[in-house]
Amino acid sequence: MHSFGYRVNALVTFAVTILAMLCAMASLSDNLNVPSPTAEVEVLNINWFQRQPNGNDEVSLTMNISANLQTVFTWNTKQVFVFVAAEYETPQNSLNQVSLWDGIILSKDSATFSIHTTNKYRFIDQGSNLRGKDVNLTLHWHVMPKTGKMFADRIVMAGYRLPEEYR
Amino acid sequence: MGWVSESLDSIRSLQIRHVLTQVVSLGMIVTSALIIWKGLMCVTGSESPVVVVLSGSMEPGFKRGDILFLHMSKAPIRAGEIVVFNVDGREIPIVHRVIKVHERKDTKEVDVLTKGDNNFGDDRLLYAHGQLWLQQHHIMGRAVGFLPYVGWVTIIMTEKPFIKYILIGALGLLVITSKE
Repeated sequence: MHSFGYRVNALVTFAVTILAMLCAMASLSDNLNVPSPTAEVEVLNINWFQRQPNGNDEVSLTMNISANLQTVFTWNTKQVFVFVAAEYETPQNSLNQVSLWDGIILSKDSATFSIHTTNKYRFIDQGSNLRGKDVNLTLHWHVMPKTGKMFADRIVMAGYRLPEEYR
Repeated sequence: MGWVSESLDSIRSLQIRHVLTQVVSLGMIVTSALIIWKGLMCVTGSESPVVVVLSGSMEPGFKRGDILFLHMSKAPIRAGEIVVFNVDGREIPIVHRVIKVHERKDTKEVDVLTKGDNNFGDDRLLYAHGQLWLQQHHIMGRAVGFLPYVGWVTIIMTEKPFIKYILIGALGLLVITSKE
């Protein structure tokens, strides 16, 4: 009854149970945090705007992205993945989401940032609908925890109207 | 030597009823594991509710050996989500993040482009030849939960099969020789 094997078994089972409970509690404690991040994206320049030979519109733009995501961080946060997407509707598509820039924030200290960048991924439409199009620039963030449930949220910022003509 | 002969004695002294009890309890363990797995499949709607990360393409978020819990809800795929997808002609599913989404107005079909956080370029090079977008049917699920390190057990077992056999053998011997 009190053999070595039984004791090891009991000890390991207990340790794993405690560890699992700690992980669950760490993940649940994320729910107590109510983040209040702020963000601002400003389009500074349209570098070029053209129709590709295959008929899709492509635009290149320069942006200023500033955000404060410090309140998103908790003790169970491993990293925050943040990205800016252009979101718009076209006659063919009910939703288009094109990521323009993204970054990984590893610590609370670096969660306040302001960067000046051109779009990191190509902003190409499915078709030729971008002239004079109103796009919503949204800042999304996805929280990767040290353990447990992943969180995501976003801030929709003021729209931006693309130029009427190619340039 | 004493241990071996003792074990042999214990095997010899087994009675048919005892053996049956052992077989039944072993069967209980196996079937309850199966029930949990199939139950998870029903609840999450994903054909493989738990996956192990095998590559470093999502570092520093997901490292090799981490476990992801998948969910396949009716909600449409959106940019930023981490999805697990199968590409035609590739056996091993890939875990990457969605960076572009185009959703049709009439059919609600989606065109999705993915990229690994740690990769330089998007995934078009990984897709089948000439494939530009992933569709809904390529996607097995989206990652909703995360558990570090636990997946190393499966990685070690698949890469070093003899450890698996040793483990199974030891467990089997334990079940046969244990008295209760």
